[in-house]
Amino acid sequence: MRRALPIFVVLAGLLVAIAVVNPYFLEPTAFLAFVKRAAPLVILAAGQYFVIVSGEFDLSVGSLVTAEVVIAARLIDGSAEATWPVLALMIAFGLIVGLVNGAVTTLLRVPSFITTLGMLLILSGAVFLWTGGSPRGALSEQFRQLGRGSLGPVPWSVLILVAVAAAAVWATRARFGHTLVAAGDNDRAAALSGVRVARVRTVAFMISGLSAAVAAILLGGFAGVSAQVGKGLEFQAITAVVLGGVVLGGGRGSVAAAMAGAFTLEALFTLLNLYGISGALEPAVQGVIIIAAVALGAVRFPRARAAAAS
Amino acid sequence: MTQQLKLGRVPAGGSLLRRISADRPARPVYVALVLLVVLGWLVFALDGGTFLGQENIVGIQQRSAALGIVAVGQTLVILAGSLDLSVAYLISLTSLVTAEIMAGADSGVPAAVAAALAVSALIGLVNGLIVTRLRVHAFIATLGVALVVRGALDARYDGPAGSVPESFQHLGYDRIGPLPVSALLWAAVAAGAWLLLSRTRLGYRIYAVGGDAEVARLSGVRTERVVVIAHVLCSVCAGIAGLLLASRLGAGAPTVGTDGGYDLESIAAVVLGGTALAGGRGGVAGTVGGVLLLAVLDSIFNQLEVNSFAKDVVRGVILVAALAIYARGRRTR
Repeated sequence: MRRALPIFVVLAGLLVAIAVVNPYFLEPTAFLAFVKRAAPLVILAAGQYFVIVSGEFDLSVGSLVTAEVVIAARLIDGSAEATWPVLALMIAFGLIVGLVNGAVTTLLRVPSFITTLGMLLILSGAVFLWTGGSPRGALSEQFRQLGRGSLGPVPWSVLILVAVAAAAVWATRARFGHTLVAAGDNDRAAALSGVRVARVRTVAFMISGLSAAVAAILLGGFAGVSAQVGKGLEFQAITAVVLGGVVLGGGRGSVAAAMAGAFTLEALFTLLNLYGISGALEPAVQGVIIIAAVALGAVRFPRARAAAAS
Repeated sequence: MTQQLKLGRVPAGGSLLRRISADRPARPVYVALVLLVVLGWLVFALDGGTFLGQENIVGIQQRSAALGIVAVGQTLVILAGSLDLSVAYLISLTSLVTAEIMAGADSGVPAAVAAALAVSALIGLVNGLIVTRLRVHAFIATLGVALVVRGALDARYDGPAGSVPESFQHLGYDRIGPLPVSALLWAAVAAGAWLLLSRTRLGYRIYAVGGDAEVARLSGVRTERVVVIAHVLCSVCAGIAGLLLASRLGAGAPTVGTDGGYDLESIAAVVLGGTALAGGRGGVAGTVGGVLLLAVLDSIFNQLEVNSFAKDVVRGVILVAALAIYARGRRTR
């Protein structure tokens, strides 16, 4: 937890900085709007956390989000009664993609970077092959409610985010979470002490696929149907997780910090917008900050470990 | 290292092909390449084209040259246990630097080439220093640098800029006999990297650092320096690809690198060639095979007029299948 602390400090600092420029930001409506905007990335980061802490990568989530949204639009095609079956289908599709990623990585021993890169190519190719080059159809109003509607004052997406966060924290505290971290830290030692490494890693990929499905449901409602909806999300999710102090290579970090990393990234975008650094320079600032944050984390780490050892 | 000793015992009269075939991880990709060429020949024969005709072979060479040059550089960083996701934006950047400095005049050519190579070497140095000194994982470090370069490109350019004089366009389109100049350039870069890896101290050190950085360090290798040099060489290769693309387009373009997907595609070509993503095992010969494999596949797709989305699907399947086969081979050995 000590390692996770810096990201919460950074997040708090950013939120204060935003509030200084825009005093309305801390009012409930504006703040909930911020959380709502951040929800898809936070959910993706939570899913990506499980894969990264187990020692793998999932590069396929961005194209999976696009695929899910495009598939949903084509199947629903504006009809209300198709909404719920299609939602179930999206969840199942996310889980299946995760299962395939996990099985190929663990059983066929393909590096997950390549497995999920292959999945990225396959998904983005297959979906547009099926729809003939551009998204077709439309989402129903019920479907869009999940992304843009609200229950009383609280947006649905914020409620979904809270549920996802609670489930993610619960999963890391459960036996599964411990075996997953053990597998990521040293898979051989974990295997020798009875962890079914292949199985827990596959489940981690399935969680990531599931999170992509949920994020797609929110984004589809929030941002609408386009071929660009998931573009670059895989890198943003990985960046968020790493910002949260989770180590690429596995075995260290907490899911709460990973989600805080996603909030931080989103807060950073908001702040850059407020200062009028939108569009062109945004990626540059983002790049510098990511490198700096990870570099600071890397420098701090050995000292923290020495302190713990003494 | 044993591989290198075996290579040394190949009789001096042995052809290049035999030497390449002695490069063990590269063997499957060439077997696959031969099979694919046979398949291509059949497809073209049935479809009424000539696969082994000059036109098609030149087309394959021209298409693969830019990717090939980037992939050779990517091989060096991957062998050293690192990775470079910034090459795509760097290619765009160098194409713009080249075209802006040339500004359509012949006199600007030497300065522009020097500037493009210097810029790319600088970016490589930054990548390498961030990875080694700041100890940022290469994935994040090069992704971050890629974002910075992208920001600089977005801020300055909306579309193609600068122009390249006609004399420089020879690089992209001319042929010497049946061989395009661009393919010769690729061959020269690949041969240089092959010599570097198999004949020089630095080459051995790259393998050593990629195999096990700690062991290499304890045996007296300055591991950080090796990684930095690998990054600089990789970026220079991307810079050369940028020059080549500028000469083809006749101008610089801010999206030429990302449109080509050179970052992930170059990594795909490297691992298709049997180089381990974790570093320390593989070589340039495999990468050349990997790039040619992708290019031959492309030309078959073109002949069959396959939809570009289907191409992506097939590429993804081939990539994963190839790596599964390699993993199987490693386990049984």
